[in-house]
Amino acid sequence: MKTLLMHSDHNFDWRRDLPPQSADLIQDLGLPVLFNAMGGRDEFRLQVAQRGVLWSLGDPEAIVYRQRALSDCVAHPEIVRAIYDLTVETLIERRKIWGWFGQMPELNLRYAVQVVELLMRTLRRLRKTAVESGSLFHSPAFTRFFAMLLEELNDEYFELVNQHLRRLQFKRGVPISARLGKGNAGVDIVLREPPAEKQHWSELILGPLDGRLRFDVHPRDEGGHQALQELRARGINLVADALTQATEHVLGFIAQLRAELAFYLGCLNLRAALQGRGLATCLPQPMPASSQSLSARGLYDAALALEAQGDLVSNDLSAGGKSLVVITGANQGGKSTFLRSIGLAQLLMQAGIFVPATEFSAAVASGIFTHFKREEDETMTRGKLDEELNRMSRIVDRIRPGDVLLCNESFASTNEREGSEIGHQVLGALNEAGVRVLLVTHLFDLSQRFRREAADGVLFLRAERLPDGTRTFKIREGEALPTSHGQDLYDEIFRED
Amino acid sequence: MNRKPAAFSIQCDDCDLGQEVEAGPVPSFFADLNLDQVFEAVTSLRREYDLEAFFRLPLQSEAAVQYRQDVFRDLESGLAELVAPFAREMRRVRSHLKTAQQQHARYSAAAWFLDGGDIYCSAVLALERALAEIQPASHGFQRCLAYFAGYVRSPAFQELLAETTRIKGELGAVRYCVRVRGGRVVVTDYQDEPDYSVAVLDTFRKFQQRDAEGRLVTFDHDFQNHIQEQIVELVARLHPELFRSLLEYRQAHRDFLDPVVARFDREAEFYLAYLAYIAPLKQAGLSFCYPGLSSSSKEVLAEETFDLALAAKLVGEKGSVVCNDFQLREGERIFVVSGPNQGGKTTFARTFGQLHFLASLGCPLPGRRARLLLCDRIFTHFEKQEQVADLQGKLQEELLRVREMLGQATDRSVVIMNESLASTTADDSLFLGRQVIGQLMELGALAVYVTFIDELSRLGPSVVSMVSTVVPDNPAERTFKVVRRPADGRAYAQAIAEKHGLSAPSIRERMHR
Repeated sequence: MKTLLMHSDHNFDWRRDLPPQSADLIQDLGLPVLFNAMGGRDEFRLQVAQRGVLWSLGDPEAIVYRQRALSDCVAHPEIVRAIYDLTVETLIERRKIWGWFGQMPELNLRYAVQVVELLMRTLRRLRKTAVESGSLFHSPAFTRFFAMLLEELNDEYFELVNQHLRRLQFKRGVPISARLGKGNAGVDIVLREPPAEKQHWSELILGPLDGRLRFDVHPRDEGGHQALQELRARGINLVADALTQATEHVLGFIAQLRAELAFYLGCLNLRAALQGRGLATCLPQPMPASSQSLSARGLYDAALALEAQGDLVSNDLSAGGKSLVVITGANQGGKSTFLRSIGLAQLLMQAGIFVPATEFSAAVASGIFTHFKREEDETMTRGKLDEELNRMSRIVDRIRPGDVLLCNESFASTNEREGSEIGHQVLGALNEAGVRVLLVTHLFDLSQRFRREAADGVLFLRAERLPDGTRTFKIREGEALPTSHGQDLYDEIFRED
Repeated sequence: MNRKPAAFSIQCDDCDLGQEVEAGPVPSFFADLNLDQVFEAVTSLRREYDLEAFFRLPLQSEAAVQYRQDVFRDLESGLAELVAPFAREMRRVRSHLKTAQQQHARYSAAAWFLDGGDIYCSAVLALERALAEIQPASHGFQRCLAYFAGYVRSPAFQELLAETTRIKGELGAVRYCVRVRGGRVVVTDYQDEPDYSVAVLDTFRKFQQRDAEGRLVTFDHDFQNHIQEQIVELVARLHPELFRSLLEYRQAHRDFLDPVVARFDREAEFYLAYLAYIAPLKQAGLSFCYPGLSSSSKEVLAEETFDLALAAKLVGEKGSVVCNDFQLREGERIFVVSGPNQGGKTTFARTFGQLHFLASLGCPLPGRRARLLLCDRIFTHFEKQEQVADLQGKLQEELLRVREMLGQATDRSVVIMNESLASTTADDSLFLGRQVIGQLMELGALAVYVTFIDELSRLGPSVVSMVSTVVPDNPAERTFKVVRRPADGRAYAQAIAEKHGLSAPSIRERMHR
């Protein structure tokens, strides 16, 4: 039995490590704000949000599968929340039972029996929800899930479990089999099926049948009784282990359900937070990787929106068929914000979530990478250029054709000529190998080289700057200008003096 | 074919088989060359074999070295995977026999003894069969095979084997049922009753998301106590014939362990211990080789060699190991190593000494290729680390040691001097260095002389200058590379993008991996 609410064919793994490029993505795209909006202060839901967002889906169908499940959640949030609460409650109740466990199989067995009883109560309630509300859901994910509950959790199944619980009371002794091991020790001790019912009246009166070999341990042979206790324990050990594993299986199912629902609840939270600020979201249109689509209307930086007060600039983009997008223009002109908003939208789309835009459509990428200029040198031992090239080299280790690379002022930690030369080699080779590159740069020399070489596949955008020097924070089509208006910034800062 | 096969030693072709090798004193240079660390690590997990003895006894003839190198080669080309399990099994045999002696209950003691015999037979047979199939190339293993082949066909072994197999098989097939209820234990034959734990697990398996952890209590001992002994007595009544022959077996085969097999078991550990020590280094990509060894030629060389003790430490810490080359051509005798500190000078000196000693044990050496001198003795003179207040006293002590050393060294000796005679002024050091190197030249010994004084590397045609190096644009980074070059302190530069593998061709290549 699998929940399959996030992927149509496998479990969502919320325990796995984040993908290797995550640390950069989190820092460069400002993801902590987003995760907070999704998970709040709940450590677990935060963890789920991170895995759900950062482990991207690489296939438009998989994205749509999740989008449709998400739409069900938008339509019936109270039912989804109720199931989620049931899973949380069950896991808490279970911890109350499971205060302690030790080296005594009989105690372990008794605990496991109690947990099974709790879990059966939960499963009955799940079944009830499926009976009552299942038909309200229309996505493939939820439809399949409720149908599965109805089929697997029927009356015969609950009766079978009850029968096991009766046998495990061992009313007629512990039957085991064994073989002779080293030095004739008893090994391969296996519990055989105990009779479910009490013993027959004849056996009760006459004792075990004749012809059997038997002995009684003397009442005062303390060591003997201890050994006997151990033999019982060894027999019960396997079934205690099996029943504990069984509870873990059921708990695993419930924990899985909790994690997958937590993701959708996180998405609802994010949507509510953005709507609360009067911002639009849309379900994006994922396109096949080969399509090279990339277009947006009303695109804004959600991380910034969740944090900042005041007006927010949104932009449109039409970069279909372009494998290289070069964004230039005035400093403080909104280039970085624009780049981040594209990265974020791409990432959210590939998690099956709403994106911060009125329309968004893009080719799916198998991996999303960022290489942003870092304000400070993190590692004291390295020079700045050394540090950023080292980071780039780690990206090259992992990046593959079909991936997207967002570069923000890469190669700027050296002079323009050298930076342009290295940048041209690196980005040119990556682009040629099939990596879509979006580059914010003020290296004029670098953008000129790209313009001369492959003008068709390249889209040039420029941060708008009005003749009087005012920045509108709008990004429009336009080629690089020879200077980057650093002078303006300088003036602005030093004018106050 | 029933003739008793000829005894042999895997250590040497012509050694005295009546005598066990015992450990001599630790040679004085072990500590300076860090060979004490190496051999401690090599032998530490195998104390019961007393292997130290073998590692303190260099061989004196090219033929003796050849005998061992050939054995090593056989082991490295696959035989070790056969001999190592044999050794493991022999250890188990010994521990089983010991346990048997400690048992009170008759059936338990006999069962432990039987298991010991069983492991022994299988181990001996497996080794014999494997050796016969491989047809070893070394003289040592050919003699080993001849012996084992004769031994396994001897009537004594054949009978042991037949009895062991029969009783073991029948005991293994015994299965019984026990039902415990209160203080009563009932023993019956087993009748295929189903495993109940499986039924329980099956009922819940459909919920499984991943491997679940159970609560299996692990018992740190087998179920063996007087209750089990009582149970076994009842099981014995279910199978009376079988349990009688179990008791008879122990009487009949009291001394089954063959002395020549036992000797081989110990002596083979010398090889296995060393190979086990270098295995992780080989796995880390480091090369080992068999040196050509001569008692007279001093045209020594080694390629991609390294300090064994340091490499073991670095590989353990996942660090990388820097390899070095050296070569002495005709007429050259002495390496004078200078250059920046912490650049690998001492390591180079140690390596040179280690190689010569390890070679004289017949061991495979760090490096891709080597040709060395089978020296008569190794001398080391390392600066003592402790700070002595009285510098003059220290210098005097050092010079006394140097004199004693030069008095004993011959033209077939290897002399390693590390920052010797440095506890004085530079002028003094230069002067003393000149004198000592002059004497070494006269003596004709092979030597490594580590010093901070460049001039000592230009004392004549028999002196070769080696220099430690650093990365030019980052002098803090050590390369540990020691290269043959006039002592002048310059090195090479590298394009920074290329260093990161970020040139366009590198990226193209990396993307297609």
